[in-house]
Amino acid sequence: MSMLKIEGVHTFYGNIEALKGIDMEVNEGEIVTLIGANGAGKTTLLMTCCGSPQASKGRILFEGQDISRMPMHEICQLGIQQSPEGRRIFPRMSVYENLQMGAITQDPKYFNSDIEMVFDLFPRLKERINQRAGTMSGGEQQMLAIGRALMGRPRLLLLDEPSLGLAPLIVKQIFETVEKINREKKMTVFLVEQNAFHALKLAHRGYVMVNGNITLSGTGAELLANPEVRAAYLEGGH
Amino acid sequence: MSAAFASSRTNGSEVVKELAFFAVIALLMSVMLLGVETVDRPTGLELAVRWDLVLIAIGATVIGRLGLIFRRENISRLGQAVLITLSAVAVFEMFVRFRELDDRWVSPVFLDMVFSSVVSTIVGIAFVAIIFATAYFTMKDKTSADVEESAKLSSKIQLAYRSNTKKIGLIGIIFFIIFPFIFGEDRSAIDLATLVMIYIMLGWGLNIVVGLAGLLDLGYVAFYAVGAYSYALLSQNFDLSFWLCLPLAGIFAASFGIILGFPVLRLRGDYLAIVTLGFGEIIRVVLINWYDLTGGPDGISSIERPSFFGLADFSRRVPEGTIGFNELFGMEYSSMHRLIFLYYLILVLALVTNFVTLRLRKLPIGRAWEALREDEIACRSLGINPTNTKLSAFAIGAMFGGFAGAFFATRQGFISPESFTFLESAVILAIVVLGGMGSQIGVVLAAIVMIGFPEMFRELAEYRMLIFGAGIVAIMLWRPRGLLSFRDPTILLNMSQKEKVAGEIK
Repeated sequence: MSMLKIEGVHTFYGNIEALKGIDMEVNEGEIVTLIGANGAGKTTLLMTCCGSPQASKGRILFEGQDISRMPMHEICQLGIQQSPEGRRIFPRMSVYENLQMGAITQDPKYFNSDIEMVFDLFPRLKERINQRAGTMSGGEQQMLAIGRALMGRPRLLLLDEPSLGLAPLIVKQIFETVEKINREKKMTVFLVEQNAFHALKLAHRGYVMVNGNITLSGTGAELLANPEVRAAYLEGGH
Repeated sequence: MSAAFASSRTNGSEVVKELAFFAVIALLMSVMLLGVETVDRPTGLELAVRWDLVLIAIGATVIGRLGLIFRRENISRLGQAVLITLSAVAVFEMFVRFRELDDRWVSPVFLDMVFSSVVSTIVGIAFVAIIFATAYFTMKDKTSADVEESAKLSSKIQLAYRSNTKKIGLIGIIFFIIFPFIFGEDRSAIDLATLVMIYIMLGWGLNIVVGLAGLLDLGYVAFYAVGAYSYALLSQNFDLSFWLCLPLAGIFAASFGIILGFPVLRLRGDYLAIVTLGFGEIIRVVLINWYDLTGGPDGISSIERPSFFGLADFSRRVPEGTIGFNELFGMEYSSMHRLIFLYYLILVLALVTNFVTLRLRKLPIGRAWEALREDEIACRSLGINPTNTKLSAFAIGAMFGGFAGAFFATRQGFISPESFTFLESAVILAIVVLGGMGSQIGVVLAAIVMIGFPEMFRELAEYRMLIFGAGIVAIMLWRPRGLLSFRDPTILLNMSQKEKVAGEIK
């Protein structure tokens, strides 16, 4: 069953059409990745799913419910949580407080077990529990951003470039954890990435975005083997 | 001396240039402030010229600057100390002469004062010795190790403050509680303490809006005015008692907060500041022009004073049917009773404000305010409704402003729009910013600095504002983010205690 279904979505920034009719879907239990170059509209699509900016045409269905006209905070309360671009943790708050913020709309009775779950996934966060989030390294901040999103008990987890600005070893760690979250918690993950190689290896299915259009789609392995994808996103790197 | 200069970075002519530059600055600044003075003579106002003051000011500046140059170039510690001491004595001399208003040229007043009696000799020598010693011993060569040392020290002080916040707060509270027992008969001390306490309360109230939620509000005084006028009008027109009006004033102010908040809270930063500024002015202009209701610029006078919780009255001639406070407790009548009661009243109100703020900070709503200040988009992506969160901050901050306003009205017995100008908003905001955004103890310090000191030094007449300005500049130079500018997590976990603490919150 498709958990997130995007039908003919157009999004504008003023007069500029950033998304030119996107169709895609994310099925329950999948990791779906969206790759593309800078400025292709990947983050815009992810943020459109969250309601900011809102789609000017088309529908976005989350578990059958049209969310394309809902405000961002209501969408997030439905069970979509994101680790936003640039992480956007609360730098002056401690790690613990950041995680509390993630659980702010949730029933307190889940809090203790959820935070244990996050600390199991990211033991580093447990070591840094009282530290100010802004003083941590980029990788730790990314872990915190994902952990904070998980504290909101999502059914769909949106990750926007978790590899941004991180060392290759840390990127590998983060991706392994994402895979673990998907496998063990049955979490549906929608991953937006520039790091095409890692993302496609991890994902069950993938979409390629160019200038606001989806140009290619297929399973992760298919796309990895696709000569166009190889030429555009993989050759030369990695 | 010249050899010493030649060996270092600065040579003689550059030093002379620098000194001349500072002499000119000193001349420009002192000639208008100190050099010319209007004197009231029987023949009318006359200008008196005080060149001696100007000369001393220039001398003090040049000598002091020379001392600082010595310090910069690491020349002769003794020389440095002597110069600095000389400069300090000259500044002192300047102030004494300025206050005395007599223009002697020859003998320094300082020497006369010192040798007038044994005690003053001792005091004078001690004064010089302390400055000299401070100058002498603080002027070691500043190596990097020293810098590190001082940084370590300041972080130690910070740590000591942070780990003892509760104790410091408690000591502060105890001090304010026993304050009337120390200064019981000193009417002006109690008045001043009450005034400071009003501003502490306003500062704490605004701290919710500015410090925690990060919404720059330049019109906070509007809520103060709403509270004050609600009490004054309710008590005059409907004869309601202070104790009934106090919560009503808070509710009115909070509703005004919501009314204002609804349209403007989508704005951010500078835009929000301008709109709130406008709102503050609107309230004031309405108060001036709605003559039938508010009495316009004449204000509202003979506002009812609060009773002792409806049990007893504080006036000398008690109205029929009630008893006096002194009779209730079997004491002699004293006009101080009411003042001390008012002092305790505002102390309690302020402490309630503080307590509520501290509690709220630990609750999800308070955490949401702080998160909103740091990153609004992240907040929305976590499912926080930014509009409601901001509105609640605005309303709660406004409510405390309303309480303070009602208290102000009942204390003064007279209110007019003049008490609610933009300057008040600016002072309250300055208290919050100087104290360090979000710091509760910082607000107390800043209120004492901003309100207490200018009142205490009222004798210095208009120069107190100059000193006040210099003080603010100094604070902003040395502590640009406020006196106490760090945010502590509302909760710290030891790993061993984690389970226990984690259970308590959220």
